[in-house]
Amino acid sequence: MSVGADLSSTLRARRDAGRKLLVPYITGGYPGWQDAIRACAANGADAVEIGIPFSDPIMDGPVIQQASQTALDGGATPQSILEEVPRLDVDIPLVVMTYYNVVHHEGSVRFAERLAAAGVTGCILPDLPLEESGEWCEAADAAGVATIMLAAPTAPDDRLPRITARARGFVYSVGLLGVTGERETLAETATTLAGRLKAITDTPVLVGVGVSNAEQAAMAVRVADGVIQGASMVRRLIESGPDEVGRYVAEVREAIDAVS
Amino acid sequence: MTITDGSPRSAMDQPDGTGRFGEFGGRFVPETLVPACQELEAGFADAWADTEWRAELDQVLRDYAGRPSAFTECHRLGGELGLRLLLKREDLNHTGSHKINNVIGQALLAKRMGKTRLVAETGAGQHGVATATAAALLGMECKVYMGAVDVERQALNVFRMRLLGAEVEAVHSGSRTLKDAVNEAMRDWVATVGDTHYCLGSVMGPHPYPFMVRQFHRVIGTEAREQARALLGDDPDVVVACVGGGSNAIGIFSGFVDTRSRLVGVEPAGGAAVTRGIPGVVHGMRSYLMQDEFGQVEEAHSISAGLDYPGVGPEHSYLSSIGRAEYPNVVDAEVIEAFQRLSRTEGIIPALEPAHAIAWVIREAPSMKGQTVLVNMSGRGDKDVGQMMDVLADRL
Ligand SMILES: Cc1ncc(COP(=O)(O)O)c(C=O)c1O
Repeated sequence: MSVGADLSSTLRARRDAGRKLLVPYITGGYPGWQDAIRACAANGADAVEIGIPFSDPIMDGPVIQQASQTALDGGATPQSILEEVPRLDVDIPLVVMTYYNVVHHEGSVRFAERLAAAGVTGCILPDLPLEESGEWCEAADAAGVATIMLAAPTAPDDRLPRITARARGFVYSVGLLGVTGERETLAETATTLAGRLKAITDTPVLVGVGVSNAEQAAMAVRVADGVIQGASMVRRLIESGPDEVGRYVAEVREAIDAVS
Repeated sequence: MTITDGSPRSAMDQPDGTGRFGEFGGRFVPETLVPACQELEAGFADAWADTEWRAELDQVLRDYAGRPSAFTECHRLGGELGLRLLLKREDLNHTGSHKINNVIGQALLAKRMGKTRLVAETGAGQHGVATATAAALLGMECKVYMGAVDVERQALNVFRMRLLGAEVEAVHSGSRTLKDAVNEAMRDWVATVGDTHYCLGSVMGPHPYPFMVRQFHRVIGTEAREQARALLGDDPDVVVACVGGGSNAIGIFSGFVDTRSRLVGVEPAGGAAVTRGIPGVVHGMRSYLMQDEFGQVEEAHSISAGLDYPGVGPEHSYLSSIGRAEYPNVVDAEVIEAFQRLSRTEGIIPALEPAHAIAWVIREAPSMKGQTVLVNMSGRGDKDVGQMMDVLADRL
């Protein structure tokens, strides 16, 4: 079993070298997900976020809800997805995104160790806010898994430093008030919050939720260190398959490279 | 308003500083909602301590909702069962259930906090109707999410909500029942948190909801304790209520938790979180939760839309864990039987939810001979008549 590329060191080195970061999200267990991740890696992604589907994804809009349900209906489990990860054979860091009950059910220590053993070096839990994250963070730190903290536009100024202090790998700067899904325009909150975070932390700041196309990604990285794109990736996977995901990653790559 | 030395000192105490009752509760919400929950916690503490605000709340409960609610002894059914059966008549409140107590409290609080819009989830539609009613009363905008299955089986309440000026959106994801309506209401709140208050309908969700909603329903237990003492000269031997999220149960339990009364919360067999669940985290709280071997939340199945929920409020998990309350369950067939029997013997058509509590009393009566048994009649059955017309078509 190969141990995956380290998230924190990889992202920081690339950012410091002047590169804007692109992290696509792909729902694990959705038909074609492994090839979609390979296509991301081959077309310029800096890391990939693998969703472990949960029955009640409250931070997700219709597209990712649908992909999650399809994956669950097809029998996807945390175990079945993580068993596949070492076989993906990609050389970029892999991050898992799931909801806290999936972790709680197995236990923080066991889940963190399972991620590490699969070569996953980062984890995002969108329903585990700072105040509840102590036990998980301790287990993740011990296993060498970076816990990516989310920061939201609603956070007052005194809250952000506490979030950035606890963030490992990168800070997930939530782009708007709302759940995942494509939007016509990039919300103003996206660059405003990224700017507030950049002013107080040296950890890479990536904007996610509501970054919907190459043009919006380019706007976001004028302030942020990079972007996470979920619904726009998963919709292409659902409608057209892994090749189209790869083509789209290349398009976004080109757009953000033109900024830096 | 919080204590910091760990678990509550006694049942019905305040949760600790992290919103926990023992090991249950907490605040597991997306980061976007954390400030809103903190503001709500502070806003509620401030309002609750304000005697003028409390007087306004009491006045609306009295002059608009019709409190105090009656206390009725059921001589015929009690006689048949060989016990003294008493009902706390929350079915007689304006809008037809206990839900109005909590909603008036939250709507007045939301207004005080400068919010202009209410969102709510609903199962049976009673909480949605109550929220739409309060929104109409206070001139607020209102949107209610309801599972598509429930929109169909509680069609009367959907119409009532629309009549009251609320927008009702059918939720087609997951099990298309209460659980999914909560998901959708939370997604709405994540996007609208600036001007919107999430008017949660039970003692569940992230802190401060389980505590706040309990405080708004304590009036049930406070009244019932006085009424029982006036009628019986004593506390009842047994206090029974149905449990979906557990708000009507916590309301009546709160009046008796420090007495010798046995406390019984009745769940549907298809949504028996305490019996069949293990601790899990969903909808902002850690509590008993029906889930599969991988932590996916299981779908509940009950004839009653209001109890069709795989989880339970955290304070009930706590009361169960310390042995202060018990949480048996009944099957749909027992509920249908109880629904008819209370109608025929007492002239009271219960909602399907409290029919669960009556069903448990009927089943367990042989072991409670001569005892005084108080049931929280949490709502009236009008909303269920359409559904029961189909179920009972060839039996009446
Ligand atoms: C009449 C009635 N009782 C009980 C319930 C269940 O809620 P809770 O367990 O919070 O009392 C409902 C919910 O819709 C209801 O309408």
